[in-house]
Amino acid sequence: MKILVAVKRVVDYNVKVRVKSDKSGVETANIKFSMNPFDEIAVEEAVRLKEAGTATEIVAVSVGPQAATETLRTALAMGADRGILVQTEAEIQPLAVAKILKCLAEKEQPGLVLLGKQAIDDDSNQTGQMLAALLGRPQGTFASKLAVADGSVAVTREVDGGLETVALELPAVVTADLRLNEPRYASLPNIMKAKKKPIETVTPEALGVDVAPRLITLSVEEPAKRQAGIKVADVATLVEKLKSEAKVI
Amino acid sequence: MSVLVLAEHEAGALKPATLNTVAAAVRLGGDVHLLVAGAGVAAVAQVAAQVVGVAKVLVAESEALAHPLAEPLAALIVALAPAYGHILAPATTTGKNVLPRVAALLDVAQVSEIVAVVAPDTFIRPIYAGNALATVRSIDAIKVITVRATGFEPAVASGGAASIEAIAVPGLPGLSRFVEAQLSKSERPELTSARIVISGGRGMQSGDNFHLLESIADKLGAAVGASRAAVDAGFVPNDFQVGQTGKIVAPDLYIAVGISGAIQHLAGMKDSKVIVAINKDEEAPIFQVADYGLVADLFKALPELRQGLS
Repeated sequence: MKILVAVKRVVDYNVKVRVKSDKSGVETANIKFSMNPFDEIAVEEAVRLKEAGTATEIVAVSVGPQAATETLRTALAMGADRGILVQTEAEIQPLAVAKILKCLAEKEQPGLVLLGKQAIDDDSNQTGQMLAALLGRPQGTFASKLAVADGSVAVTREVDGGLETVALELPAVVTADLRLNEPRYASLPNIMKAKKKPIETVTPEALGVDVAPRLITLSVEEPAKRQAGIKVADVATLVEKLKSEAKVI
Repeated sequence: MSVLVLAEHEAGALKPATLNTVAAAVRLGGDVHLLVAGAGVAAVAQVAAQVVGVAKVLVAESEALAHPLAEPLAALIVALAPAYGHILAPATTTGKNVLPRVAALLDVAQVSEIVAVVAPDTFIRPIYAGNALATVRSIDAIKVITVRATGFEPAVASGGAASIEAIAVPGLPGLSRFVEAQLSKSERPELTSARIVISGGRGMQSGDNFHLLESIADKLGAAVGASRAAVDAGFVPNDFQVGQTGKIVAPDLYIAVGISGAIQHLAGMKDSKVIVAINKDEEAPIFQVADYGLVADLFKALPELRQGLS
């Protein structure tokens, strides 16, 4: 079984983002970018499935600028076999990414497509679900456990009330939640090896996908800052303040 | 055009986030129709008809909808979609699972987790874990939207008199099958709708120590939550998690115990009305958002707090 895994280049999770003064977006010049953390979990799961003999080949895909090649190299260093960069400088929204991935899935015919459940920049949480819809295939979102067995995959999902397990016919689309696994760090030899793995570059135009945004961002602003309050000396003062000042208990 | 809202329900009752979503729907103009889909949902349809602001309740009764699986539920909503200008669902794990599938099948974008309606085509939504707020306009004919419950005061649950209409359920895809659910059982209020939440972090040191929080929760009628660190450490199950990727809460009172205050946790609770932080590290970032901070050993402070509330 082949696995297609989608990875996004995002502002590193440790960076404290700043809103641009013209309110057009957030500052992205001269800051660190990394693979979206949920996508790292998706790559790790793919690699584990290959190590377990369930998967035969892992193809990593990224949609974004030339620099997203670095994100693909990270996936290759973790254990993916080859990469596809769908290169574009344009703003690409989830529906467009899903359409691009659909094209690639039809070409590559994977048994399983793995993605992170959401990207930590736009926090959309849409692409996996949209891809499953466009392919007419089942989806297992927010996965904390996967079990592949003859033609189907059992996905344990993190839901509001606890955990839920669904059985999906393969091919299927699965999105990774935090506790699916702990991604490995790529070793130096594997980073070196990754440099020799192939990365194919295509464009959305060549795939015939219309990527025009459907949502127009009018402004991006900083949320109202919460002011730090006071320190109280002891528990008795705390209880007193909550009763008489805040009036919440 | 009318607005379709997907109701989320369980055991004959509407989930609270449905009411917040109706409140958002009312701001869009047009009749609000509430879709109640499931197996054996006659009772919950009656409950739904009483929600103020709802004009009509659509009842889709089918064994194929007994569990809110994305594949059949999305197919049902897509069949109804042509009559609507907006389709909304609460940004719960169910809404977040189903609605992007609906949007893609309709070839429209989804606007995720809106916290305000600026105009019927323009919405505010948090990005970068709530560190920025984007105002976005949808240019699609049908707007597909998930609603963050904390952004909208809930619609009034009773006093309305909506009509109830059974709808024909089309053939639904059988690509997926519900296997089992392991749901946490609790007598306490639900985390996302509780008036008071008390959460523990890594500082709790073990799952057993959460009883210290539970005894206070029971005195206050509060829900118990946790930081990602506490969930990752296995102290409590995933459904306790408050944060960017867990639950978003905005209670009247949020008590953070032994939680340092990582950005991703703050994203889930910083809209609470009053925040209390108890932490022995006075440099912990949680104190920067707390209205009342107590620098103390939680193992000493929690028993005192329980006593103080007696």
